[in-house]
Amino acid sequence: MKTFEYSRAHDVTDAVHRHGSSEDAKYLGGGTNLIDLMKYGVESPSRLVDITHVPLTKISPLPGGGLRIGALVRNSDLAADPRVVRDYPALSQAILNGASPQLRNMATTGGNLMQRTRCYYFYDTAFACNKRKPGSGCSALEGINRIHAILGQSQNCIAVNPSDMSVAMAALDAVVHVEGPDGKREIPILEFHRLPGDTPNIDTNLRPGELITFVDLPPSLVARHSAYLKVRDRNSYAFALTSAAVALQMDGGKIRSARLALGGVAHKPWRAKEAEALLVGKPATGESFQSAAEVALQGAQGYKYNTFKIELAKRTIVRAFSDLAGGAA
Amino acid sequence: MSKQQGPAQVKSKFIGQPLDRVDGRLKVTGAAKYAAEFSAPNMAHAVLVQSTVTRGKVTKIDIEEAKRAAGVIDVLTHDNAPPAKRPSVPPGGQSQPLLFNEVVFSGQNVAVVIAETLEEAEHAAELVRIEYAAEPHEVNLEDQIDKAFLPGTGQRQPISKRGDVDAGLAQAAVKVDQVYKTPTEHHNPMEPHATLAIWSDDEHVTAYDATQGVSNSSRALSDVFGLEPKNAHVINPFVGGGFGCKGQAWPHLPIAALAAKAVKRPVKLALTRRQMFTSNGHRPETHQALTLGSSNVGRLSAIRAEMVNDTSRLESFVEPTGNDSALTYSCPNVSVRQQLVRLDIGAPTYMRAPGESSGSFSIETAMDELAIALNMDPIDLRLRNYAEKDERSDRPFSSKSLKECYRQAADAFGWSKRDPKVGSMREGRMLVGYGMATASYPANYWGASARATLHDDGSVLIQCGTQDLGTGTYTILTQVAADGLGIHPDKIRVEIGDTHLPPAPGSGGSNSAASTGSAVHNVSAALRDALVGLATSATGGPLNNVAPSDLVIESGRISSKKEPSKSITYVEILKAAGKKELQQEATAQAGRERGGTGTKGYTMQGFGAQFCEIHIDPDLGMMRVARWVGAFALGTVLNAKTLTSQLQGGIIWGIGMGLLEETFMDPVYGRYVNSNLAEYHVPVHKDAPPIQVILVPEEDDIVNPVGVKGAGEIGITGAAAAIGNAVYHATGKRIRELPITLDKIL
Repeated sequence: MKTFEYSRAHDVTDAVHRHGSSEDAKYLGGGTNLIDLMKYGVESPSRLVDITHVPLTKISPLPGGGLRIGALVRNSDLAADPRVVRDYPALSQAILNGASPQLRNMATTGGNLMQRTRCYYFYDTAFACNKRKPGSGCSALEGINRIHAILGQSQNCIAVNPSDMSVAMAALDAVVHVEGPDGKREIPILEFHRLPGDTPNIDTNLRPGELITFVDLPPSLVARHSAYLKVRDRNSYAFALTSAAVALQMDGGKIRSARLALGGVAHKPWRAKEAEALLVGKPATGESFQSAAEVALQGAQGYKYNTFKIELAKRTIVRAFSDLAGGAA
Repeated sequence: MSKQQGPAQVKSKFIGQPLDRVDGRLKVTGAAKYAAEFSAPNMAHAVLVQSTVTRGKVTKIDIEEAKRAAGVIDVLTHDNAPPAKRPSVPPGGQSQPLLFNEVVFSGQNVAVVIAETLEEAEHAAELVRIEYAAEPHEVNLEDQIDKAFLPGTGQRQPISKRGDVDAGLAQAAVKVDQVYKTPTEHHNPMEPHATLAIWSDDEHVTAYDATQGVSNSSRALSDVFGLEPKNAHVINPFVGGGFGCKGQAWPHLPIAALAAKAVKRPVKLALTRRQMFTSNGHRPETHQALTLGSSNVGRLSAIRAEMVNDTSRLESFVEPTGNDSALTYSCPNVSVRQQLVRLDIGAPTYMRAPGESSGSFSIETAMDELAIALNMDPIDLRLRNYAEKDERSDRPFSSKSLKECYRQAADAFGWSKRDPKVGSMREGRMLVGYGMATASYPANYWGASARATLHDDGSVLIQCGTQDLGTGTYTILTQVAADGLGIHPDKIRVEIGDTHLPPAPGSGGSNSAASTGSAVHNVSAALRDALVGLATSATGGPLNNVAPSDLVIESGRISSKKEPSKSITYVEILKAAGKKELQQEATAQAGRERGGTGTKGYTMQGFGAQFCEIHIDPDLGMMRVARWVGAFALGTVLNAKTLTSQLQGGIIWGIGMGLLEETFMDPVYGRYVNSNLAEYHVPVHKDAPPIQVILVPEEDDIVNPVGVKGAGEIGITGAAAAIGNAVYHATGKRIRELPITLDKIL
């Protein structure tokens, strides 16, 4: 780990000022990912701005309904908040399916959005990795790619986003509020993370120096009837092989509205809007969900070790929707 | 002097009790000091630099930038390291510190940076510039399987033969002929390796070293630096798990001492978690081709096992996966061969039940396949081929209670409720599978020595150069001494983990309870007899001239059986004799305890039976072991609590072996990719089911003086096969390649 400057910010303005627009500075929240990456020599910022004392720790109701989540709300607190449990159950479930209690106690909402991939090759500087060192190559293509992407990847990078929380937020149309040297702006969750394309080294559309301040969850009838299903190798403390955040709003026997986002399959939380549209007006049956799953996985491409994920993702979708619909009945 | 016609009777029964760990308080309060927690005045920190290529030559090492970095004291490489000899203890070749510029595996030590602080050393380690001339490497066992060779004389017998296996197969009505595979696995103890080396002069070094064998570390240091063995002093009071990876003297140990010698200061070197994947061995990948031949009523006529594991360019390590195929079942015609394939990898080593955990996967799965083929209950098949003796050598077992293990485990598990039809059992949407397997591991007993000292306050110090891997050695030795001396455990303090104590073997092969337990048993008896001798020879004393066989000892007081009012305490005996303390040393020597007959005539082996229930999501493939019952017969129970814990720990690891554990090797780079605890999956709480451990009573007065069979390893044996058999019962899918991950059963 190389020597770095450390300072602690007391509010958002102070944090943004301390950070500046340097590419070489980082905000430090719970530290559950950044510190590891620094120890591995994957991240080597010259400046850390500790934001843990910035007052962004509240969950409050929005005037027109919905919730505003401070960027420094700990994952444990967010998952346990009664309003989240009641109005956005998929979000609570997603968070509780991630990491371990100790990590969730440390990790923050903003930090979770900023989590970097768990691709093996990204973590070890002995391997080529376009995400870590642009232009060096993607070792996963010919390597151990069992945990890698099947949707939206490029020849430059087949890493997946590891977050569970972000998948639920993607299904629930969250809005990320940021503040930077050029002021404040809002980024819809689906535009927050990026696909790898030719620049897999850039995970998000944050501009230099921008700090996540809040995440807004819009008021939503469909969100109240949502769920998160995660499939993984180990029964806890394992990243998703596949996961699905789903939501359904029924109109008699027909689906009025549906939400579907997938985790463990792509470089970003993968919202499947075509599949959602397909479900509208259909009965909540296995057959409908199977058709939606087929549409959601259209164009999926596997590699030597992860082709099983394509079928597994479909089954994850069908199961998540079926269980949710069963619960509604 | 004592005139014994028989020993005094001791009234004490702490052996077997579920005594709490005597070091429990130290551990939960953080007061127990582990190797990396020691420090010394003026101490410097060392960080290893390891190769990033797999095979080739180091053509240049530029250490200038690293040497200029803040706090750096020195950087040692093969260019400038002082000469050092090859240690005589394994893994000899690989243990040479920084001696060659040839790279034989990815992660090999190529330099060590020594700095004032750990952070400065870590930073400077990133500044060491190494250039390599890389050469093509081979890291895939299956690609090289045709190059398998029989190792020469190794520490493990590579061949076992009896009868005529071809004839046995020719007469078989039913055959199972399959290849079973187990992957590379790593030990991952919670405590990473660490060494603090302190030279007092050129001839004397002290090392605080995380090791399963202080005497082994001492030997390595004395070999490498040409020291008198007694001058390589190794100390290690607590170990945070070893599981085999601390069983040998790996290169970081001499490198720490080399660095300390070079900078003339104490040096501490601790491995990182990633370095724990390249610096201390692994369980080799295995390829187990197994053929069973059976009559149509399930009597085995032939077992042929062609076993292969990978090893490094420098070492020939045999993972004896054929042991169980040769031993567990009665069969007239058996052929077992253990072969090796050399790859460009680090040296493999012992990992919890090396051979028996990996090798039981093949034979115990094959027996299940045979039971299915014969439409027999798998327990019945095992009973039909029950081995009453060790047919490898035609020797009797010192004791064997496996039938009782099967019976008790099956009853407790409810095996009779099993519907043998595949896929027939359900709980809600989940498929339910029942599986069982035999567990077996040698009852190793290697002998040891110990010292016991009674002080004039009535306390007793027990000293023995063994180690406590976290399994409860401190506690069981306390109990053995308490019963040997007839005093309360509170009066006893145990000191271990130091080469200045009476020597004991390394803690491996599940030998420690037997070896050190026997030494402490013997030394306690010697001290007790010496006290009885003093008491009965003290003119004017209450017990003068009473025959020892007429004495009874309880709570540190010796009394006459006939006249209980005549008695004297240990403290009073010392006082009357004008002594501040009384000390005895004793050894327990393997093979000599049975007088004229010796133990050479017996095979000493622990046995058990593993039963599990698995629940499998039929669509998603996610698996959870729902419950486990294991019954084990292991001779004397020294401590029911620590014994049960060890067996449960072994079973949980077996669940990991069955469902989770695998170190992935990148085929292009020849380098491990998941070398951390997030991506190398070991079981977490949610993977561990309720586990019922049944301790089947067994008396064995042959195996060793305390009658105990070690339990460190048997808990994992058979476990992965029991899981695989349960997976088959639930799904009809026979997975012959561990771990059984969900993609294999979708």
